[in-house]
Amino acid sequence: MPREIVRAERLGVSYRVGQVLEDISFQIEAGDYVGIVGPNGSGKSSLVRALIGLCTICDGSASLFGVPCARFEEWGRIGYLPQNLGLYNPIFPATVAETVALGLLSRKRFPRRITGRDRETVECMLEELGIIDLKNKLIGELSGGQQQRVLLARALVNEPELLILDEPTAALDPETRERFYRLIADINNSRGVTVLLVTHDTGAIGQHASKMLYLDKRLLFFGSFDQFCRSPEMSELFGEHSQHLMCHRH
Amino acid sequence: MDLMEILSYGFIQRALVAGTLIALLCSVLGVFLVLRRMSLIGDGLAHVTFGSAAIALALKLYSASALLVSLPVVLLSSLGILKLTEKARLSGDTAIGIVSAVGISAGIILASVGGGYNVDLLSYLFGNILSITTEEVFIAAGLFCIVMILLLLFYQELLAVTLSEELARVSGIRTNLISAVLVLLTALSVVLAMKLVGIMLISSLLILPAASALQLARSFKACVCMSAVQGCSSVIAGIFVSFVTNLPTSATVVLLNLACFGCAFLARHLLDPRRSN
Repeated sequence: MPREIVRAERLGVSYRVGQVLEDISFQIEAGDYVGIVGPNGSGKSSLVRALIGLCTICDGSASLFGVPCARFEEWGRIGYLPQNLGLYNPIFPATVAETVALGLLSRKRFPRRITGRDRETVECMLEELGIIDLKNKLIGELSGGQQQRVLLARALVNEPELLILDEPTAALDPETRERFYRLIADINNSRGVTVLLVTHDTGAIGQHASKMLYLDKRLLFFGSFDQFCRSPEMSELFGEHSQHLMCHRH
Repeated sequence: MDLMEILSYGFIQRALVAGTLIALLCSVLGVFLVLRRMSLIGDGLAHVTFGSAAIALALKLYSASALLVSLPVVLLSSLGILKLTEKARLSGDTAIGIVSAVGISAGIILASVGGGYNVDLLSYLFGNILSITTEEVFIAAGLFCIVMILLLLFYQELLAVTLSEELARVSGIRTNLISAVLVLLTALSVVLAMKLVGIMLISSLLILPAASALQLARSFKACVCMSAVQGCSSVIAGIFVSFVTNLPTSATVVLLNLACFGCAFLARHLLDPRRSN
């Protein structure tokens, strides 16, 4: 029986402006690659933020690796790549190596130290993602695509079992975006890492994800990509032509 | 007057030891504060220190004994700034402004009730490192050890939270605790630094070395080291220059720091014009 990684039951999230998510239930199993899609303001980012404790769950419940999100503490099992790259100060003097090494802190106990062995692990990760030449560059000096790879290296360096990516391709050109999607698919296939990827780009994610989760404040669809393509509800929502374009795997 | 003769004075020796320790603390903490856009917290806490100094003087507590009042008041105020930011949904600068205004008002009222400003209270405004006592040097050394040990223990967490609070939280770092540690360490350093540069100039000791280091540093570790070197050397040079030229030490230290910042700024433009944009 596949191992359960994420479970949400009648999950609701609200901010001061009102309810952004309601009655969301789904279950994600080990090795799944789930594309979380939906229109702007549909609550995609709020869903993943609620799962990792960055915003409060007001109704229902959610769990990670069988532990309720509010009590979850095994952060070393999760890699997270946030939506907003702008949260990095452009004058921040941290090098790529220093930034990636911070990803290892989640598996350490106080007092957390970065050892020589950790630095070797960081170098291996940079090598693997093809950015070893950026090792000593400052994070603020990199292009959007390079920053994204560095943040991905930071998310992967602690060998997570679950990788959560929130609109990781928003600032990338189409070619870099496609390379990025292929890289994530490769990580999912070769390492068996469960992936939750938030995007508004339904067509592109459809080429790679094994499951689709379509949100618009409520859960409108959750299932395999093939089911998504055959779903009459999705066909009604997108129109048959658009659905066909999205589902046409290159 | 030669260097050895200047160094033979007890008050110069005390000023050099205490000044170096204080400068080291402020310049290292300053890097985190500047990058977290909390640089003016030093200014706010200095105003609170002024208020607490007025309380101490009203209680007839002078020099080192005044720390018995200043330390708890400033530590609590630093936590107050954090709580205001978190709970009252205020930005950091607004919270600092509120606590700062309360601190200075308390000082003015107490000074007024206590019969006006006296020399002791005015020394808090402009600082006077040359009048530091042996007892105060020992207290500075003790507090320096506490702050440095905590800084080393929490260094990686502080770096992670400074880079991105959100990513730090998802790495299992208690970001509220780390922010509290940072402001408490800053509060301790501000109380110590009052004697060196006074309320008026304290934020420069926190900001200028870090601002200079940010012009040139090519890694975070280098940034912290460069800031520490500038902080210490400007205080040591400032003490000598002010003694020889008979200028106020605090202002001399600040101007030397400003000169270093100017050099770093120019060096950045000359060394790498692309980074100057």
